[in-house]
Amino acid sequence: MTAPVINLEATRLEAAAPGRRLLRGLAQDRTARIGLVLVVVFAGAALLAPVLATRDPDVIDLVHKFGAPSRRHLLGTDHLGRDEWARILYGARLSLGTAVVASLAIAAVGITVGVLAGYLGGWVDGVISRIVEVLLSFPGFLLALAVTGILGPGLRNLLMVMVFVSWAGYARLVRGLIVAERSKPYVESARATGVSDLRIVSRHLLPNIMSPVIVLTTLDMGAVLLGLAGLSFLGLGVQAPTSEWGAMLSEAKTYIGDAPQLMLYPGGSIFLMVLAFNLLGDGLRDTLDPRTALGSAKSRSRRRRPAPSCAKRTI
Amino acid sequence: MSLRHGGLSPLQRYVGRRLAVVLPTLLGMSFLVFSVASLTPGDPAEEYAQRVTQRPPTAAELAQARHELRLDRPFAVQYVDWVAHAVRGDLGKSFFTRHSVAAEVRHRIPFTLQLAVPAALLSLVIAMAVGTVSAFYRNRPLDQVVRVLSLAGASMPSFWLALLLVIGFSVRLRLFPVAGRQDGLASLVLPVAALSLPSAAVLSRFIRSTLLEVLGEDYVRSARAKGAREVAVLTRHALRNSLVPVVTAFGTSLGHLLAGTVVIESIFAWPGLGTLTLDAIHHRDYPMLQAFILFAGLIVIVINLVVDVSYAVIDPRIRPGRRAVPGAD
Repeated sequence: MTAPVINLEATRLEAAAPGRRLLRGLAQDRTARIGLVLVVVFAGAALLAPVLATRDPDVIDLVHKFGAPSRRHLLGTDHLGRDEWARILYGARLSLGTAVVASLAIAAVGITVGVLAGYLGGWVDGVISRIVEVLLSFPGFLLALAVTGILGPGLRNLLMVMVFVSWAGYARLVRGLIVAERSKPYVESARATGVSDLRIVSRHLLPNIMSPVIVLTTLDMGAVLLGLAGLSFLGLGVQAPTSEWGAMLSEAKTYIGDAPQLMLYPGGSIFLMVLAFNLLGDGLRDTLDPRTALGSAKSRSRRRRPAPSCAKRTI
Repeated sequence: MSLRHGGLSPLQRYVGRRLAVVLPTLLGMSFLVFSVASLTPGDPAEEYAQRVTQRPPTAAELAQARHELRLDRPFAVQYVDWVAHAVRGDLGKSFFTRHSVAAEVRHRIPFTLQLAVPAALLSLVIAMAVGTVSAFYRNRPLDQVVRVLSLAGASMPSFWLALLLVIGFSVRLRLFPVAGRQDGLASLVLPVAALSLPSAAVLSRFIRSTLLEVLGEDYVRSARAKGAREVAVLTRHALRNSLVPVVTAFGTSLGHLLAGTVVIESIFAWPGLGTLTLDAIHHRDYPMLQAFILFAGLIVIVINLVVDVSYAVIDPRIRPGRRAVPGAD
């Protein structure tokens, strides 16, 4: 959500076959592999929720509230007798689904703005860069709280808020990459042969800057998920009866003394999911940016701003 | 260059230049909040009057409420009026409690600082120690363990950590109160821990990777070549040279810590700014929300300013006036 200060310029050099490099890197990097497996498991759970869940996540059964795990209820039941296993699975749909949708929207907005600033330059770049600078200097979650406070709670507002507070990081990254790429011979020769600006951007520039953007999206996904769950936990996002992990955790909070296990499942799910994206993102970055490896730092310019990125978070 | 500006030191000029950027930013932010708030559906005056009279208000009561909340004038006048009052420290009346917003905020700030300041210091100390040790024992078992733990910490939702701590230490062991603020330090322990640990995890990972990066530099090789011990290389050369990015990252983490207090205060029913803000959001108490945004904005700006100025103190190569200063244009 805030200043994803990632040093990814180096990955540009490797952009010749980004897709293949990504896959090879994933296969070789142990942390990335663990992350990928976790992401696939959760995505599978989300997609197959109707098949895997044998119960309806919303059916209330007060007689069997706080039930222990059984064959009927794999993870037991919550304070209203609802099936916890089904709620976690359907929660994966909502939590993971909103995080993915939000991240794609954030990336789309950020890339567009970044390309505009980097490619057009001039006053457009000046205005955009100033806005980006202001947005990045504020902690995303504070900004999200403020905007949610004004717009009011709800899923749609939540998504809008996340896009509003998170696009700037992408815009800055993409702008920098485009500026560096714009004057390269291949772009000049494309321009010389009469290729249109739109085509230069879409066919020549974008493919060459994609891998750092993919790494940023992956690293950012965990932060977005954390932010969404956090806002829902505070009652500002997805509202209580819906099975969303943050909202479930908020409900379980009331029964912390009697049924602490109810907090374990949604909280643990959020934790594992964020961990998965962080592992995957770290692994991808290490493969794509060879300079973070120890010993090869010689070529680096001296920077005053933080350069190497780690898992980041906003709350 | 410095002749033209006689009188002022480069640092003073630099701070002045930062403020020149900062004030329009604050104004712009408050304008944004103000305009969005006035565009949202629902009439705060009506809700307010209804709360006061406990029934649907009459036209006269509604007009009275509008007047009282300064809502009976054109939008532009309202905004200018708000700014004019704000600079004098008057942030208006709460739509909900009718009390002075500024007084309420002033009353809550110390409670939030009681959590935020120890948490910030704790996270910095932990992160420095853990990050340095981890870099010193890089790729050895201790480093591996620390890396796993810090990645887990960095992925941990602070609200879940807080609840786990409550289950473990309050419900089971009965060592600390479950929630609420009491005299003495006991009620501080869990909120501060929940606030500082994730922050320390993120920061320690950053410190480790920054140190490892610096360890690849030429001057580190020179230091090793002249026979300096690894501990000296790490503390005297690497750590010093990684201070600037680390201070920057710490500044960023302070902003996130402030955001984290909102969540942590709500879990521990802590009577600070975060709880106040959440209540304001639920009651659509815009003047209160404005005040929080203004306060948070000021804090973040001050942090950024202190971080930028500290560069010059830490690293003599970065002195305002001598060359471009980060962030100032």
